[in-house]
Amino acid sequence: MQRQLGAGLGLKPAHFEAALESKAPGLWFELHPENYLVEGGPRLAWLDALRQAHPLSLHGVSLSLAGDAPPAGQLADLRRLVDRVQPALVSEHLAWSFWQGVYFPDLLPFPRTQEALRRISANIDAVQSALGRTIAIENPSHYLHLTGHDWDEIDFLGELVRRTGCGLLLDVNNVQVSAHNLGFCAQTYLDRVPAEAIQEIHLAGYSQDPLLGPTLWIDSHDTPVSPAVWQLYQRLIDRIGTRPTLIERDGQVPEFEVLMAEREQAQAVHLEAAWAQSAAA
Amino acid sequence: MGAIGGCLMNAALPHDAFRHAFAYVLLEPVHEPVRWQAGAWAGQPGIAVYRNTVAKACIDALAANYPVVQRLVGEAWFRGMAAAYLQAQPPRDGRLLLYGQGLPDFVSQWTPDKSVPYLGGVAQLDRWWTEAHASADALTVSADDLSALPAEALAATSLLPHPAARWAWFDEVPVYSLWCRHRESPQADPLLGDITWQGEGALLTRPGGTVLWAPLSRGGVCFLAACSAGRCLSDAAAEAALAEPGLDLAALLALCLSQGALTKG
Repeated sequence: MQRQLGAGLGLKPAHFEAALESKAPGLWFELHPENYLVEGGPRLAWLDALRQAHPLSLHGVSLSLAGDAPPAGQLADLRRLVDRVQPALVSEHLAWSFWQGVYFPDLLPFPRTQEALRRISANIDAVQSALGRTIAIENPSHYLHLTGHDWDEIDFLGELVRRTGCGLLLDVNNVQVSAHNLGFCAQTYLDRVPAEAIQEIHLAGYSQDPLLGPTLWIDSHDTPVSPAVWQLYQRLIDRIGTRPTLIERDGQVPEFEVLMAEREQAQAVHLEAAWAQSAAA
Repeated sequence: MGAIGGCLMNAALPHDAFRHAFAYVLLEPVHEPVRWQAGAWAGQPGIAVYRNTVAKACIDALAANYPVVQRLVGEAWFRGMAAAYLQAQPPRDGRLLLYGQGLPDFVSQWTPDKSVPYLGGVAQLDRWWTEAHASADALTVSADDLSALPAEALAATSLLPHPAARWAWFDEVPVYSLWCRHRESPQADPLLGDITWQGEGALLTRPGGTVLWAPLSRGGVCFLAACSAGRCLSDAAAEAALAEPGLDLAALLALCLSQGALTKG
């Protein structure tokens, strides 16, 4: 099912009517379940309407997989939403967001140790068991040089796939930002990610840190996708074939038509690769 | 702030020790000894990205959830207050649309000189808008439903408030007028010289997809409280009339029905 999805957009409440009416082939929408885990009201009504028109993807930001075991109540709430909207994709991040009951609305880093691997594997198992389906895990953006890693990030993600059966959500912009901030080669990283595990791709824009300038890039999602990220994306698709691809924009959000034009660029790459795949077959 | 308690390295496992130190560095005012104790990473410029992201996300959420408070006090004052609220009561739920439950009380204490005595009440109405927006759905009672009942049966009927309904009386200050004026017209003059300075009641509901609001008299507040406690309509009406001599009960019931404030008990 996933590979029939083309290029999608992050759902913005201001764009809801336009999203509902769009007939673009292959279009799908991604949303954060945290914004829709409510008892009733218009938010759930929007999703009920939108899922009739387009495939949806639930992209969590608060399961804190690198933290403590997700509370049963949180998983039950998410299961109810999954049952309600029947998403084509469900994903979360390789990060943590809770400590001692306090929620930090960010995707926080950690040393990739054996202990972290065991912890995250158990948490992914718990989530997949509660939802009755596999989820995809997204590579995070990095801003810090941490010591104490037992694992390289790609091997760590690959081991999570092997242990839990989860998939990967490969965020090309996160790789580009992390490569710049930590000093590695984005292209080499992307070339190493196991193709068969990749269920979804994210594309977004970044910006320079307002204080530090070009030495630190921020995964800000407030600009169009950069030319360098488009090039990395093309190279990735040439290697692995088509995957559902999302354009993310969370700040300085333009009109729906502007985002759709950017989405068309991803859709064109997708269609070209699909043609090449069918011709080869 | 105290949300991250204990010394830095008190967690049993290395993974948790790292997270404990990281959480501490994220929220606490950072001094060099703390950075040194936490680890070399705490001194890197990138730590500011996480600190800023966490603070901005929380304060932006409070600004989104308390729009009228921010309009009344201005963005700079609001964000200063919100930063203090974050230190005192950081979020404990990944759903930031519900963050800030304690802000109405907090903002009242934040203005101890009583120069803005209406701010806590206005914040309460902002909060009720969020709660009404996200609350459970329910079928409302219509005037036709009630007119189908014989008079005696109607008097003995109990009707519960809709799950989205919120109501209260605010003594001395025109909280409702201030709130709805700024809610409906973001550019309204903050001084609002034409508003009469007196106590007011408010009713917020959400019978369908849209949050509704209306002024509510003292008797109306009493009536809905009685309905919520399970009283039958005649008893609720009697309590309301006692609280507000001269109350127009028919008009009150019509208001509750038109706003979708009542469900079948």
